[in-house]
Amino acid sequence: MSTVTAPERADAAPAEEQVLARISYRTPVMYALAGLVTLFVFAVGTDPDASTTFQLASGSSWFTIPNFGVPSLVGALLLAAAQLAAAGWAYVLLRSRRGVPVWLHLLVGVAFVVSFLVWAGAGRTSVIPVTSLLAGALALSVPLIFGAMSGVICERSGVINIAIEGQLLFGAFVAAAIASQFASGYAGLAAAPFAGAAVGALLAWFAVSFRVNQIIVGVVLNTLVIGLTGFLFSTLMADDPGSWNARQPLGVIRIPVLSEIPVLGPVLFQQTILVYIMYVLVAVLQFMLFRSRWGLRTRAVGEHPKAADTVGIKVNTRRVWNVVLGGAVAGLGGAFFTVGSGLAFGREMSAGQGYIALAAMILGKWNPRLAVLAALLFGFSKNLGNVLSTIGSGVPSELLLMLPYIITIFAVAGFVGRVRPPAANGTAYTKD
Amino acid sequence: MSDPSVTPPVTSPSAEDGPRRSQLSDDLMRRVLGGNVMISVLAVVLALVIGGFLIAFADEEVREAATYFFSRPADLLSAAWQAVSEAYVALFRGAIFDWQAATFVGQVRPLTESVVFAVPLVLAGLGIAVGFRAGLFNIGAQGQIILGAIFASYIGFAWDLPVGLHLLLAVLGGAVGGAVWGAIPGGLKARFGANEVIVTIMLNYIAVYLISYILKQPVFNPGRSGQRSPNVADSATYPLLIPDWLVPGNNFRLHWGVVVALLATVFVWWLLERSTIGFELRAAGANPHAARTAGMSVGRTIFITMVIAGGLAGLAGTAQVLGTEGALTAGVAASYGFDAITVALLGRSRPLGTLVAGLLFGALKAGGFLMQSLTQTPIDIVLVVQSVIVLLIAAPPLVRAVFRVPDPTKPRRRSGATRTKEVAA
Repeated sequence: MSTVTAPERADAAPAEEQVLARISYRTPVMYALAGLVTLFVFAVGTDPDASTTFQLASGSSWFTIPNFGVPSLVGALLLAAAQLAAAGWAYVLLRSRRGVPVWLHLLVGVAFVVSFLVWAGAGRTSVIPVTSLLAGALALSVPLIFGAMSGVICERSGVINIAIEGQLLFGAFVAAAIASQFASGYAGLAAAPFAGAAVGALLAWFAVSFRVNQIIVGVVLNTLVIGLTGFLFSTLMADDPGSWNARQPLGVIRIPVLSEIPVLGPVLFQQTILVYIMYVLVAVLQFMLFRSRWGLRTRAVGEHPKAADTVGIKVNTRRVWNVVLGGAVAGLGGAFFTVGSGLAFGREMSAGQGYIALAAMILGKWNPRLAVLAALLFGFSKNLGNVLSTIGSGVPSELLLMLPYIITIFAVAGFVGRVRPPAANGTAYTKD
Repeated sequence: MSDPSVTPPVTSPSAEDGPRRSQLSDDLMRRVLGGNVMISVLAVVLALVIGGFLIAFADEEVREAATYFFSRPADLLSAAWQAVSEAYVALFRGAIFDWQAATFVGQVRPLTESVVFAVPLVLAGLGIAVGFRAGLFNIGAQGQIILGAIFASYIGFAWDLPVGLHLLLAVLGGAVGGAVWGAIPGGLKARFGANEVIVTIMLNYIAVYLISYILKQPVFNPGRSGQRSPNVADSATYPLLIPDWLVPGNNFRLHWGVVVALLATVFVWWLLERSTIGFELRAAGANPHAARTAGMSVGRTIFITMVIAGGLAGLAGTAQVLGTEGALTAGVAASYGFDAITVALLGRSRPLGTLVAGLLFGALKAGGFLMQSLTQTPIDIVLVVQSVIVLLIAAPPLVRAVFRVPDPTKPRRRSGATRTKEVAA
């Protein structure tokens, strides 16, 4: 058996007997590439006398960290050395057939970004605002994280959820409408999951009950929601913006003590309730998916529905509920666009974030924890582009804004490569 | 490449029905008997009814009449009827035939406008359909259109070539531009197994930023700060299909891009149904394992498919810059990239189906603009109608249930399953 399946699963299958899988040295190559870019672009392109100033302070901390300058060239060289060292270590690890830990990816990523910042801010009077850079990154990641969690819930049970975009948008719309009707952001927040769940229910109805191709339903539902919300936006909301589309921001809640931590406090613990819900959601989902009966059944249904059915799990019922739940999660995330950021609803305001969330989920290998990291990567690099184009750097802003997407392509082709979706993902289940 | 068990998440076997098992005549018979045409018509009717409810709901007079519905219900009904019929009459006048126009030319102009809107939809839709048939979910039509438009417009305004050759090169350049943007996800998937959904989405964003960067460069924007490139030279624009000397005084925008779209439809039909590459393409889409076992290089097929798909979308870009717009603008792709996905879905990834679906959606788009200006009904209703049509056509049992139409293939119990598979293609 092993000889038959081994060539098929060369990447994933552990070595059996004498047949050893080929080692892929993609990771150290990517690390080394990052290190060389740091060395030859960032370090070489830096004036030896220049320094880069980072700003860590923000209003309410226990103590204020003064802005500090880093000699740009030395910083860049050290960071390049760190990345090259990581490449070497990753090579050694792979050589001895051990995996490269996730935190090493993170470390190299952070080192690369910091060296980029050092280079971009070298010799400039403007400081690099670290706190607002991170806070903005988290804000941009919130809908992505909710969307990616929605994707995980649906796809682990075997239903592809392309409709994340529509669920986000409909959640944003209903949150805005209900919040202004009741003059309370919290009312909108409570209504948003139902909006997302409604889109999820449609997806489940067509994809599970009628067995229509799941991608088709998802794409079409996105168009439907864009059309529907756009239509109601320019009729209902435009006729009477006061009662249908007034801004109703959620209040910022400061967690005592924790919010006073320098840098991390203002970034993580001075947020609206929606962001705290997100922390809890991610933790709960990570636990439930791999440690609970619900999670086991969900994964069984997504990997091998026939086996699940044989042991008495109702495959299609489980899928329907998971899709509705996933829709609700994405709908809640959609509330971030309106009540969560204190904005009124705007036409197509989700702007493709649902598709990015989908990408984050795939990049995160259908695992909540990794999907969050991927979503944060998107949020951070997008905000990096925004911040750098405002403080001004030599690079045109369009090219900076492209950066997250280029990085993603490299990440998908390089680090992640062939990802393995749940085996039954995208196929309808019938008992015959 | 060595790992057939790991198919991308969105390219399930059901995304593609695979090679048509039956002969053409048999297939046709079954489709007519299966009531696909009837289902399509009923789906359009149902979608228009749902759209009508929305129009009525959003109408202020209707909402006012609804407040005293129980004392005078007739008011509500007449107000709703008026709102809906006005909107749909305007939609028809804007899409097919405007009987209120003074001249015959003016009366048939809406039809030509529908075709103008349909050209990029058909071309990009064909590109998406080719991808679907190979089991690839190409969301990247938007980026491919943009790249095609950039290449075509640059050749169009920067080069100086004789008439004929100039247009040919500009069109080819557009196709190459799109093909390059399609080759990236194709190559990355074939070589590294990178998921084409992610890569095409990312390339869309990159293309959007790229075009706004390029439009600021001196070559594309000499001395101005506008969002528009220099106009494409006359020798590189598509000639008008109905010139002035043929029908005097016409202001049709209909250009030779229509012919390109028709040729592309024939080409895609030939490619998919008659060529070796097309056979491999469909085989890879239907069952990559079997295709690989049969000795086909699935990776190579994927690459070629994406290049062709990108090239077709690039041609859609040329229809915009060399025809309708006459220059490169930041919004050149508009929403064509995503509309094309619904076009391909409605056309069930078949060339002729995509052509018809593109014409239908082009008509809805053209009509939507007149409807918006005449009756203040937002054009978004067109999106709603479009998506409901696609949803309903994909789920024949639902349409049958709504209209109480018997299922012609009912006696065979498993027919339901086979039909949904067919729909999925």
